[in-house]
Amino acid sequence: MSNNEKNQNGNKGFTRRTFLKNSGMTVGGVVLGGAIGSLFGGKSETPQSTSHNMAPALSVNPSEALMFFTPDQYRLTQAAADRIYPTDENGPGAMELNAAIYIDHQLASPWGFNVKEYMSAPFYKAEETQGSQVRILRKDLFLLGLSALDAYSNNKYKMKFSELTTEEQDLVLTDFSEGIAPDISTVSSKIFFNLLRTLTIEGVYADPLYGGNKDMIGWSMRKYPGSRMNYVEEIQDQKFVKLEPQGLNSHMGH
Amino acid sequence: MATKLPKVPVVIVGMGWAGGIVASELTKAGIQVVGLERGKDRKTSDYAMGHDELRYQHREELMQDLSKETITHRNNEKMRALPMRDYGTFIVGDGVGGAGSHWNGQTYRFLPYDFEIKTLTDKKYGPNKLKPEYTIQDWGLTYDQMEPYYDTFEKMAGISGETVELYGKRTNPYPTGPMLKTPILTIFESATKELGYTPYMIPSGNLSEAYENPDGISRAACQYCAFCENFGCEYGAKADPAVTVIPVAQQTGNLELRTHSNVIRILKDGSKVTGVLYVDTITGEEFEQPAEVVVVASYVFNNARLLLNSKIGKPYNSADGTGVIGKNYCYQVSSASSMMFFEDKEFNLYGGAGALGIEIPEFVGDNFDHSNVNFIHGAGIRVTQYGNRPIANNVVPKGTPSWGAEFKKASIKYSNSFFPVKSQGASMPYRYNYLDLDPIYKDAYGMPLLRMTFDYTEQDRELVKYMANVTKEVAEKIGADIIDTNAEQGDFNVNKDTNTHNTGGVIMGADPETSAVNTYLQMWDAENVFVVGASAFPHNSSFNPTGTLGALSYRASEGIKTYLKQGGSLV
Repeated sequence: MSNNEKNQNGNKGFTRRTFLKNSGMTVGGVVLGGAIGSLFGGKSETPQSTSHNMAPALSVNPSEALMFFTPDQYRLTQAAADRIYPTDENGPGAMELNAAIYIDHQLASPWGFNVKEYMSAPFYKAEETQGSQVRILRKDLFLLGLSALDAYSNNKYKMKFSELTTEEQDLVLTDFSEGIAPDISTVSSKIFFNLLRTLTIEGVYADPLYGGNKDMIGWSMRKYPGSRMNYVEEIQDQKFVKLEPQGLNSHMGH
Repeated sequence: MATKLPKVPVVIVGMGWAGGIVASELTKAGIQVVGLERGKDRKTSDYAMGHDELRYQHREELMQDLSKETITHRNNEKMRALPMRDYGTFIVGDGVGGAGSHWNGQTYRFLPYDFEIKTLTDKKYGPNKLKPEYTIQDWGLTYDQMEPYYDTFEKMAGISGETVELYGKRTNPYPTGPMLKTPILTIFESATKELGYTPYMIPSGNLSEAYENPDGISRAACQYCAFCENFGCEYGAKADPAVTVIPVAQQTGNLELRTHSNVIRILKDGSKVTGVLYVDTITGEEFEQPAEVVVVASYVFNNARLLLNSKIGKPYNSADGTGVIGKNYCYQVSSASSMMFFEDKEFNLYGGAGALGIEIPEFVGDNFDHSNVNFIHGAGIRVTQYGNRPIANNVVPKGTPSWGAEFKKASIKYSNSFFPVKSQGASMPYRYNYLDLDPIYKDAYGMPLLRMTFDYTEQDRELVKYMANVTKEVAEKIGADIIDTNAEQGDFNVNKDTNTHNTGGVIMGADPETSAVNTYLQMWDAENVFVVGASAFPHNSSFNPTGTLGALSYRASEGIKTYLKQGGSLV
């Protein structure tokens, strides 16, 4: 950071601490502690007691924060993604791999705003062979889809999606995947499901640069070595050669 | 108002393989050329972060920005064509190098049979082998006439391969030897040899060894890093216009390459053209670039679209089969395959290269008897090893769900234990498969989009059924634990079919009534327009198109040089 930038920030007098103070969220207070604990705790993680202390631990990944979702939307995305790609004997599921962090970042990105898609009207109903004709932006469709997951769960089980058993969650998602659940606005629930599925798979297997695939465990599970520059020896080998994964970060400075 | 620029001898629209080759050949001969490229400039050092599956493959970093321009599609004339709003099927290149930057590098020659397909089919099987709706026609020149141009292209690109007895005669061997044979390729090789076939390594634009080409361009050998298709090569090992022909043209001092320059119209005056109108895509400024000769070398789609939007050449009319621009759009027929899963074998499938593969020549062209089948031509039966990137490769046996616990378990279990015996089939032209202008949808500059009317035909479906059996025979010989064979060719789906081998629309031939350009790719209807690319193919063979596109680009360059000297029609 240049001196100039430092000064600008200094002049504004804007720090995280003062923001929290001004917004009435007291550090270490009950409300704040609860919110952060449940937000970053997830289902399978123990709430981090360090959350109460605002000093970040050394191992904290700054990318592990939200730029798009509300905490509720984040939790719901974690729960849904974890059914697409659950924890099993191979290793962690989408929740632990930070797929929902990945999804949050993607929906906040130009991709979430469909900037590289042809978005000119008119939007007619497509035949099966014509590809989707969806006017709703991905970021909006995803949020509508999340609301629809809760609404459908509530209608069927009188509970939110995240409160259902995993078996019930799978049944709800199956109804979305087959388009049996009601349309979301003008779009089949199947289209939302496909977006969720695609984003989850990307979130567990994209380079960790994007916020998911935590510690490259998505890659490790399938013995994928990530981004390496040369496999001349390995591809000739009759035996499988297991390599530790490397991310794009390993190419920085080369 | 457009700013009018000084006139130049030649302006080229699009700086991929076609435009790059023409630029290189003309500038070496001392001719001043302006190259207009709608995308950005590129060089190998741009790809330091190139091994990013999400960014390059799934967010299409190197591809045309569809928000500005796309195509519309319908399966038949009864349907309403709708825009391809995001990428599902073909990926259209953009920027210096074009599709030649993101391609896999598989570089075949077409067969002697391809160039005379109509004559040879009629001769052997009689005139009624196919229904009259299949508009196959000869190319107007023979394989022997094409051979020197293939040779030149292969030497320039340094193609790595081995001579195949069943294909057209070569005057020279490939400039570099075939790529490395990996265990899965060896498995295919043994099985097909046992079945009596003669497998060969796929000719590759990913160099098997370091190579210096006749232009003095040196490139390093392929490292099998597995990032070819959709990606640029940081080593320059993959033949790419941006590391071969374009730098050669630039070194002459005779090429002025303007990026972010999107040509929207060719300007016409009587039976000749005067230049092009283009937009600076960054500033929105319009320019008129006058030229003696206009070379249209954008992708297949824009070659046809530019001519239609500029009212050059007679548009094709499917109602009576007259006209030529948009005619004989073809694709690739590749649905036949047998996916194999192995319980106890793991292969190093994370490594590979875009043109690393092995194939048999027995089922292409007329290399087998078609008397008792309801199709002509055929398919290459092949195994490839591109390198399995994890987002794109979650292949599970038939019947496994596509998400959830079972999906995760199976996709991980087989992640290094599956590979398909695939097919790549020829695509025959059909009267009702064509390109024209969309009546509704426009691009970012207000010009009509190209409308594609295309579906697979009976010929295609018969071919797929037949080839599926061949893939199955090979898979069974290999002996996988699970074999899933697909023998059905469904309807063409703009969101599902995965192939960018689009051809036709501005086809070549000997007759102005049935073709748009002559065999130098000079337009019959406008003698100072050359339309270069796979748009010139009267049909698509069972091979990747770049080798033939490259060869034709050399022939067109020769034609342009002659035309600049003497004018008039070259044939």
